[in-house]
Amino acid sequence: MISASQRLWRTSPLTYTALVLAALLSIYPFYYMVVIGTRSLDSINDVPPPVAPGGAFTDNFSRVLDNDAANFLTGMMNSIIVSSVVTASVVLTGSLAGFAFAKLRFRGRNILLLSIIVTMMIPTQLGLIPLWGMMQTLGWYDTLYAVTVPFLVSAFGVFMMRQYASQAISDELIEAGRVDGASTLRIYWNIVLPALRPAAGVLALLTFMESWNSFLWPYAVLTPENPTLQVSLSFLSYAYYTDYSQVFAATAVGTLPLVLVFLLFGRQIIGGIMEGAVKS
Amino acid sequence: MSHSAATAPPAPTAPPAPPGGAREHRRFTLDRLDLTYSPYVYIAPFFLIFGAFGLYPMARTAWMSLHDWDMIGERTFIGLDNYTRLLSDDYFWNALVNTFGIFALSTIPQLLLALFLANLLNRTLLRAKTFFRMAIFIPNVVSVAAVAIVFGMLYQREYGLVNWLLGFVGIDQIDWDGQTWSSWTAIASMVNWRWTGYNTLILLAGMQAIPRDLYEAAEIDGAGQWRQFWRITLPLLRPTFVFVVILSTIGGMQLFTEPLLFANGSIIGGNQREFQTLAMYMYEMGLVNLNSAGYGAAVAWALFMIIGLMSLLNFVLVRRAAK
Repeated sequence: MISASQRLWRTSPLTYTALVLAALLSIYPFYYMVVIGTRSLDSINDVPPPVAPGGAFTDNFSRVLDNDAANFLTGMMNSIIVSSVVTASVVLTGSLAGFAFAKLRFRGRNILLLSIIVTMMIPTQLGLIPLWGMMQTLGWYDTLYAVTVPFLVSAFGVFMMRQYASQAISDELIEAGRVDGASTLRIYWNIVLPALRPAAGVLALLTFMESWNSFLWPYAVLTPENPTLQVSLSFLSYAYYTDYSQVFAATAVGTLPLVLVFLLFGRQIIGGIMEGAVKS
Repeated sequence: MSHSAATAPPAPTAPPAPPGGAREHRRFTLDRLDLTYSPYVYIAPFFLIFGAFGLYPMARTAWMSLHDWDMIGERTFIGLDNYTRLLSDDYFWNALVNTFGIFALSTIPQLLLALFLANLLNRTLLRAKTFFRMAIFIPNVVSVAAVAIVFGMLYQREYGLVNWLLGFVGIDQIDWDGQTWSSWTAIASMVNWRWTGYNTLILLAGMQAIPRDLYEAAEIDGAGQWRQFWRITLPLLRPTFVFVVILSTIGGMQLFTEPLLFANGSIIGGNQREFQTLAMYMYEMGLVNLNSAGYGAAVAWALFMIIGLMSLLNFVLVRRAAK
């Protein structure tokens, strides 16, 4: 028997059709990337266009590796280093500051927190030109410092950790730590950080994805000799745009790590994004 | 350890005064110092780094914009001249129109589609819910650079898939990056592909916060699905919708990577600047032509003010429309 509420939420075949169509359109460009990246160059201009993957991936990818102009491996290494350092730092500094704002009393707490929230609304592009000049002055132009140091902290990270800490950690727990004679730093490390783990995990995933994918700033301060992955891809595509197989093999390899992360942790990432949306 | 202690009665914040003894006294002082000052130490990294690499450059952009500023050479104070120059700069207006055109072509269909998909995902007893959510969100995971490269080939003139498909309905090959309307459409499609799923999820989150008994009561009163959507979902979704619109506005006004890569790295966006956006123009003036960095800074502030105005305008419009 169908209850009234079940009737209300029933799914029609039309709904499934629309959703399947949306899912296909979302996934298709990835598939296309794989198809072209695994095909030999001359089969790409075929009419009709190829629809199934081929066996030329190793051949295509070795062209990427031999390509001195793209510095693909350097880009991959640089991206791994930069994204890891940025992620670790954003989670650490975000959870420290978030803990302080949520659970410690100090003068100026509210106004300082408010100032962090306000900075979240200012686009980074506003400071782009002088920041570029600063990198020249500091001697950081074309080094990994330029793409790492300015991103070691994030206002969003502080805010997110603060929200989570204020609801997930009881004041009693912290008081208990104090009674046991623990210093504030010890309380952070032994009580707060473990309790923040779920939110810290989501923050880490979001930060890693953002850092891995960032383009504008690395493009402005890095040269093709020492790129991040995205910068390397862009130069590869400018210079070898006719060699689609090569460009697509590189693009697929550069996209793969994130797709893997997403397949493993997609549920948490989506949960985090949806939760964040309701609260803001 | 903490579990048994957690049930104990709450202790006062500071321990009681020590009963004498230099060692205890020192311990007490350290505790006081810890309680008073450690919070500042914990929030310091954010303020130091953000101050140096976030706030300071923004202020400096304002200062630079009042100068005829050569990044390597001379700097002369010229007051608001850079800003008045903007008003009669054809390239600036061209970039402004392009930005708005691409923005309209991406934001409007994208949000309507997201609203539609979110409603489908919300209003049904759906199988494979997680699969659909992940599938429509996955475009957001890919880098903009990768998206632009893949779509660049889809829109390729002779062998591109889009032109091939259009051939079936009798439409001649389109030179996608050669004309204004076609390049706007192509670039907007990249934005739409990447952000529809994200907006769907945010709207879905907002929809799920709406109490379900409202729908059930409406159903009993004989209201159909369409009517329920208009009378319950949309009005109650207003705060989330405002949020999504403003987020899309901020992103749309700053559009940079998609048009840059679509133009194969040319900062002017097509031979005739058909799709140069404001962010690209700022980059061109400030970082490609280093001797006009002050003017570039003025473009940056203009861009920021346009974003602020647009967000405000959208906020007011969406609020009024939903009333």
